[in-house]
Amino acid sequence: MAELTKKERMKIARQDMPVQEPEDRVQNFSEVALGFTMELARTEAERCLQCKEPHCMEGCPVEVTIPEFIEAVREGDMAKAVRLMKAKNNLPAICGRVCPQEVQCESRCILGKKGQAVAIGRIERFVGDFELANKTFDVSRAPSTGKKVAVVGSGPAGLTCAVDLGRMGHDVTIFESLHTPGGVLVYGIPEFRLPKSVIRAEIETAAKALGIQILSDYVIGRTLTIDELMSKFDAIFLGTGAGLPMFMNIPGINLNGVMSANEFLTRVNLMRGYQFPEFDTPVMVGKRVAVVGAGNVAMDSARCSLRLQSLRSKENGSEKGGEVHIVYRRSSEEVPARLEEVHHAKEEGVIFDFLTNPVEILGDDKGAVRGMVCIKMELGEPDQSGRRRPIPIKGSEFEMKVDQVIMALGTSPNPLVFVNADGLERSRHGTVVANNDTGRTTMKGVWAGGDVVTGAATVISAMGAGKRAAADMDKYLSGEISW
Amino acid sequence: MYKILEKQVLSDVTKLMVVEAPQIARKAQAGQFIIVLMHDNGERIPLTIADYDRDAGTLTMIFQEVGKSTMEMGTMNVGDGFKTIVGPLGHPTEIENFGSVICVGGGVGIAPVYPIARALKKAGNHVTSIIGARTKELLLWEDKMRAVSDELIVTTDDGSYGRKDLVTVPLKEILDAKPGKIAKIWAIGPAIMMKFVAATTKPYNVPTIVSLNSIMVDGTGMCGGCRVPMEGGARFVCVDGPEFDAHKVDWSGLLSRMSFYRTQEQAAIAHWREKHKCNLDRAVAEGVK
Repeated sequence: MAELTKKERMKIARQDMPVQEPEDRVQNFSEVALGFTMELARTEAERCLQCKEPHCMEGCPVEVTIPEFIEAVREGDMAKAVRLMKAKNNLPAICGRVCPQEVQCESRCILGKKGQAVAIGRIERFVGDFELANKTFDVSRAPSTGKKVAVVGSGPAGLTCAVDLGRMGHDVTIFESLHTPGGVLVYGIPEFRLPKSVIRAEIETAAKALGIQILSDYVIGRTLTIDELMSKFDAIFLGTGAGLPMFMNIPGINLNGVMSANEFLTRVNLMRGYQFPEFDTPVMVGKRVAVVGAGNVAMDSARCSLRLQSLRSKENGSEKGGEVHIVYRRSSEEVPARLEEVHHAKEEGVIFDFLTNPVEILGDDKGAVRGMVCIKMELGEPDQSGRRRPIPIKGSEFEMKVDQVIMALGTSPNPLVFVNADGLERSRHGTVVANNDTGRTTMKGVWAGGDVVTGAATVISAMGAGKRAAADMDKYLSGEISW
Repeated sequence: MYKILEKQVLSDVTKLMVVEAPQIARKAQAGQFIIVLMHDNGERIPLTIADYDRDAGTLTMIFQEVGKSTMEMGTMNVGDGFKTIVGPLGHPTEIENFGSVICVGGGVGIAPVYPIARALKKAGNHVTSIIGARTKELLLWEDKMRAVSDELIVTTDDGSYGRKDLVTVPLKEILDAKPGKIAKIWAIGPAIMMKFVAATTKPYNVPTIVSLNSIMVDGTGMCGGCRVPMEGGARFVCVDGPEFDAHKVDWSGLLSRMSFYRTQEQAAIAHWREKHKCNLDRAVAEGVK
């Protein structure tokens, strides 16, 4: 393609990514967004103005050199694009799928000021998928330093930290409590949004190239404790995430049919309950499901419910699947989920009940959910989070007919890991106190990053924290700096 | 893979397995549990640790075939292995010299009561144990329980062996005969048995500990599926338990929650039997050829 002028570039429309149609995709768990073709990726890459002072990179927690990799895609030099990408981001096929690009890189794109930003996330995913299929990049390992590092947790923070440390030549062992590595990527995020094969490929490639040992079935705090790890390793990184579900303190919360999004999603995703009874883990789905909350986890729960409903009704030969509601106490403006997820959920038929808050869950004589009493809310002054505070409207209670309630209200760090880790200071929210730039905790030789420090946040911010910690750990292990 | 080193058929539906799991055996204590997963298509199920051998690096588990997974586990043999065994999970039993204590084990619950009785005995307690089952065939480890108890009472519901009673009957007799003398009671067995033990000991105000086995997925506090309604709010069996004050448990709430997946459990068994039968038919057909 001949070099385009700036004006010509700006005339190109943002390229849509091919997707499964809503009516088809609610009947399966296959990936919704199908990814760019080479042609689409190169066309989208042509839109990038290659700004002299690009702002997009400021929005990326792992500082991917965005204009450079996009330029490489534009030129069709995929090996170069992969090399540039992997210099900063070890897991592009994952990030391209789950990052909230609209509030990160794409929010800073100059094209977005008047029109639509460059679809950086979609091009990133294309680069990641290209690499998984073609293996052009050799993950190289620096000469061994002989230093041993324990990484606790194999989610985004732990994986990123482990891969960076591995590249620096350290001997890394990852401890994972579940039977499969990936953390929230495998237990939380559904197959239709992030296929397990992508996660497995990303992890296996990196681990093999860097000699990273992954020990599944190790619950740190039980099987081994932090002080035991201290005696065997030169440094420890804690990336144990925020795995503890929150429940509302309202009557009826322990009825059958009320569950945490964690439980529901773990049954569906990690344990493949949607393939029951071929897979042994059962999962229940109601005819009328209410998901409380409006984050990504809520969207995932709602969309898994829809799919289970149509799969089950197909099995039973009945027509309609059922109904799924998102019940959220604030308004559509404050929805914390990724834009694309909300869009997809709406397309698929999820009903959004904004400014609505549950006050009681009603049970039948068998202890199962039969309904939920909610109260209408209005927005008042902004609260500490900067969002307008929801206030109940007196006397506006009403009953919703539901038979399942999934609580997606957020999560906090699992305290199990802190057994015998007395020097490790934690906030009153249960998160580990760690330096934002280095990840250092109050316990010598222990770093932490990701949701265990910030509380539930995003995959990419956890990866950024893993990266920053790895850099500091490397300096410490090489003796360049002291504790 | 976690290899099966030994298998004993204790009854038609009760099996014992010794498995290789050195990192868990190293740490295991009385009262704790493990989660096992047979294979990639399996489900994670909690099992109480019946015994452990730190030197050999092995765990002993005893299970009753009540659902699809335990039925399939029953078909596994020495040399086979589990994809996952994780633990030791939960809090260990608080062991000290309390004085006179009673350990009650019902059916397959006798297995997890054994290491507790043994530890209590070793700590200097006078241990009276009551073990019971529906019928003689389902009783297990009488000899092992006898070896760690000062007194042992055996009951069966149908009178096929020992006293024809529920475990709560001799329990009540002891409490009546030795008023104020029993310092603490442990009871492990079917939820309904534990419920009645709790009701039996409550009027005597004797601290009673039960070990709950509710529905779990991860076993580390992540899913909350195991939560049990209790005086003072719901608690997670996996990380807050598995042992709880029997007098604080909302037993009807627990029983109700344990029945949540019953329809699907039945479907899984039917599916398993069907598949199993097909294999059998095929084997027979091939044998005939």
